[in-house]
Amino acid sequence: MTTKTPISVWFFTGVLIAFYGIVILGYGLYALGLPPSGRAMSGLHPDIWWGGVMLVVGAIYSVKFYPFNK
Amino acid sequence: MTSHLIVLAPVDLVIIGAYFVAVLVVGFYLKGRSSTGEDFFLAGREMTAWVAGLSFLSANLGSLELMGWAAAAYQYGILATHWYWIGAIPAMLFLGVVMMPFYYISKTHSVPGYLKLRYGESSRALASVCFAFMTVLMSGINMYAMALVLKVVLGWDISFSIWVSSITVAIYVALGGLRSAIFNEVLQFFLIWLGAMLIPILGLMETGGWGGLKARVLTAMGSGQYTHLWSGLGSFRDNPMGIHWTGIVLGLGWVISFGYWTTDFLVVQRVLSAKDLRSAKMAPIIGAAFKMMVPFIVILPGLLGLAVLPMKLTGETAALAAGGHSYNEVLPLMLAHYFGPGLMGLGITALIAGFMSGMAGNVSAFATVWTYDIYRAGIRKNASDAHYVSMGRWSTIGGVLISIGTAYLVMQFLSIMDYVQALFSFFIAPLLGTVMLGMLWKRTTPAGGFWGLLCGTVSSIGMWAWVKADPTALRYIALSGNAKDMAENMYRALWSWTICAVVTVAVSYCTKPKPESELKGLVYGCTEIPSEKDLSLFQRPIFWAVVVAVVLVALNIYFW
Repeated sequence: MTTKTPISVWFFTGVLIAFYGIVILGYGLYALGLPPSGRAMSGLHPDIWWGGVMLVVGAIYSVKFYPFNK
Repeated sequence: MTSHLIVLAPVDLVIIGAYFVAVLVVGFYLKGRSSTGEDFFLAGREMTAWVAGLSFLSANLGSLELMGWAAAAYQYGILATHWYWIGAIPAMLFLGVVMMPFYYISKTHSVPGYLKLRYGESSRALASVCFAFMTVLMSGINMYAMALVLKVVLGWDISFSIWVSSITVAIYVALGGLRSAIFNEVLQFFLIWLGAMLIPILGLMETGGWGGLKARVLTAMGSGQYTHLWSGLGSFRDNPMGIHWTGIVLGLGWVISFGYWTTDFLVVQRVLSAKDLRSAKMAPIIGAAFKMMVPFIVILPGLLGLAVLPMKLTGETAALAAGGHSYNEVLPLMLAHYFGPGLMGLGITALIAGFMSGMAGNVSAFATVWTYDIYRAGIRKNASDAHYVSMGRWSTIGGVLISIGTAYLVMQFLSIMDYVQALFSFFIAPLLGTVMLGMLWKRTTPAGGFWGLLCGTVSSIGMWAWVKADPTALRYIALSGNAKDMAENMYRALWSWTICAVVTVAVSYCTKPKPESELKGLVYGCTEIPSEKDLSLFQRPIFWAVVVAVVLVALNIYFW
């Protein structure tokens, strides 16, 4: 796992957030086909847009701080 | 099987599992970059202002902090915000602008290390022994409290929670030292915000914004004081907390806050890792800017709980007796109110991340103080750097094991929790007097520093024991018969700091000061602080400190 190229903490952060975004967004899309959960504000489908926001933010960090560009 | 608040779906377990994998990957990756003492204990002193600043805040943003203050907001209303604003921001700015140059230029590796340079070995010994053991004991108490929450909320076995989380922390801190702790704290910072921020967003949508929330709280509680910061603090009787503005301003805003944020090595260590003096000054200012926003994810969910939860929460004892929910469960209840599978995993990960960042902060600070200020100072003075790094790794594991032992001890004897929390508070307020007088007044002598610290600490213990033996004594310490428990800590801190300062000054005038040549880099007036004239306005820490201070004042006026 060691490498001569220092990997930025922002890259680690970006990858994890992007992964979470994919999982939460994916589940939110899957849940569209399920019966309503009955939770407050669930009609707004927060998992879809929050997961989407996380995916975008995570992707930006991952690309911007990708350590092996050179 | 007892019932619990939340049932996790497989997708939630994937999210929680990914978090544990990520922190361990960071630890293993950084192992190869922590071979010297400077690397292991001070992260190579190469952190940027942003990394050091977010880590500085994250080390303090434990999950008990999140859940505890959300509970306090449910119980006392917006008054709990004082612990985040006046009770933190001025001290953080003061650390960045005034104190950081002395910590940084002196090249100390710890706060007890600074006391050694300024006052000598006796002050360092007193401070380091108190700090090291209180830190691991506090870590154990937090560990137990968090495991208890996971049991109540998720039904997880207490031993499982304690061992899995603490072994993970031990692995990544022992492998990568402070750098690994800091990297993970930055990661945890984002997870805490992403996991917690959606609650107030959805809550404000549900209640119709701040105005709608205030109206609902007024209806639920029958008092407007739950949404006002200052207007009810003119009298102990006019606010839910039973406190007076003098206690908030002088006890909390001055002594407790400055004591914690400027002398507690757990947080100061993060800033000492900065790559240069400007970054070291900027880090607490960046931390302060984010700290100012923390009430959005902590206090607001507590207030929203008052407005939208169908049940009434009570104290722990009443909740146990009636089978209801306690104040401490307000944050998990709000998670359950809004979050479905996926988001729930993120919310629980935020709580676990908060717990682990706090614990990593404790054990990395313990390892540094144990290795440099106790082991090297008193047990083995002239070993190699590699030996001390090895001792740092082992003491990290030792610190975690002591914490686990403390957690099990607390499980058997619950009252120990109160005692250890009190022990920690005994020391912080007098230490503020000792460090601040040492930094800002060159006449302070080594004997003055030591005796002030000792007398302040002993007087704090004395006042605590007095109130414990006779609860009516609180009227003398808080100077009011209407004072409630919350006021005791503040006035005790204020008195112990005052006693420390008076003794330090008195003894200093009776003893011989150090020559100025020995105070270079340690004391105001004897230290050449690098000029910032070449920096543009936007690069200067003082500019951003003023910006943060202005926003702080504006927020306090808005929520008056």
